[in-house]
Amino acid sequence: MIYNMTVSPDFPPEHIAGWYIFNTWLQRQLNESIHLELYNDFRQQRDAIQNDKIDLIYANPFDAAMLVREKGFTALAAPVGRADEAVIAVSEASAIQNIEDLPVQCTVASTDDPDIHLIGMIMLEPADISRDTVQVHQVGTYVLVAKQLIQQKADVGFFLAEAFDNLSSFVSSQLREVIRSQIYDIRHVLLAGPGIQEQHEAIKTALAGMNDDEKGQDVLANLSFESWEILQQEDTEFMIDLMDTLA
Amino acid sequence: MKNMHKAEVIEPCEQTLLTYQDTTERVVLFNEEEVPFPDGKLIVSRTDLEGKITHCNQSFIDMAGYDRGELIGEPHHILRHPDMPAAAFADLWKTVESGGKWHGYVKNLCKDGRYYWVYATVIPNIRDGKISGYTSVRRKPSRSKVEGCISLYAQMKQAEVGA
Repeated sequence: MIYNMTVSPDFPPEHIAGWYIFNTWLQRQLNESIHLELYNDFRQQRDAIQNDKIDLIYANPFDAAMLVREKGFTALAAPVGRADEAVIAVSEASAIQNIEDLPVQCTVASTDDPDIHLIGMIMLEPADISRDTVQVHQVGTYVLVAKQLIQQKADVGFFLAEAFDNLSSFVSSQLREVIRSQIYDIRHVLLAGPGIQEQHEAIKTALAGMNDDEKGQDVLANLSFESWEILQQEDTEFMIDLMDTLA
Repeated sequence: MKNMHKAEVIEPCEQTLLTYQDTTERVVLFNEEEVPFPDGKLIVSRTDLEGKITHCNQSFIDMAGYDRGELIGEPHHILRHPDMPAAAFADLWKTVESGGKWHGYVKNLCKDGRYYWVYATVIPNIRDGKISGYTSVRRKPSRSKVEGCISLYAQMKQAEVGA
């Protein structure tokens, strides 16, 4: 049997190789075959999820809630010390200094990353800006969000904080951060579906011990992870409750 | 829950006796200084079925001014400001106890007597089909909405006093 794994499309491009290395490592640990499929965008990945083509997924918190509730997935682990935070940025040349300086009917550049879009919109609320008042330019990548700002096609842009911090110095020098979220409790998680139920405990055991040997440490380093924290059911339920309060 | 003491509060301050929904009482001290809600922060807490705090994040601690140890196990109404009408919290409890999601603008009381406004969302935590507790997230509110609530809550308080 061949299992299928995928990764939330918002991962940094420099980690593509890291996920293939992780998949190879995991296959050896489990002595099972796993096919890694990386989708270009969230829509393609959702289609695969809806068609039950996914057994293992490193998912963003928004999708994690859907996977647990609607598809019977179980959250197994999350990288230690990482949280999903969002940045709202403007062009360096923009007159906007605070969110309250924005016009209610402003233009937002955003990706299809659902949790970052949600957090970004929440951070605009203090300026009386809502989904009813904004015009959203949805683009494919965070680099394209930056381009929208630099070309002054959008007033503000939403970024995954990690992606914002990893923009090239040439791009980031033309942008200015206005707000960075401080939520702490929302993060990407590794989930396993019902089709790989018999491997759940073996995966958790492998991940828990990953930082104990040199090979595992190398694999983690390729993903810029320190180690994995094994999750209890209640950890996941808490994050889902949190997403519910924000939705 | 302990009464507030002048030694811990920024003066000048006023004093009043608050009676909560569970009929307990507390002497609270409050002043006129507002603490601005920081951009980007979310205050997160969870309570048990009785409203006692079981989890609070660092933003909660930073804004309320209490240590974590002073908050865990205490009723969430440790933050209740005397300007808040009881009807707002009655509506909150009625909504979440029946399984719904509650939103509202709330004026909270800090340990030092200052206050901060939030836009709060509270949901019931459903486990195995039953409510096991509540999660609350507070975020920075729109100033125009807060201004609307200041006058609305004052009217509601007046009506409660007159009732």
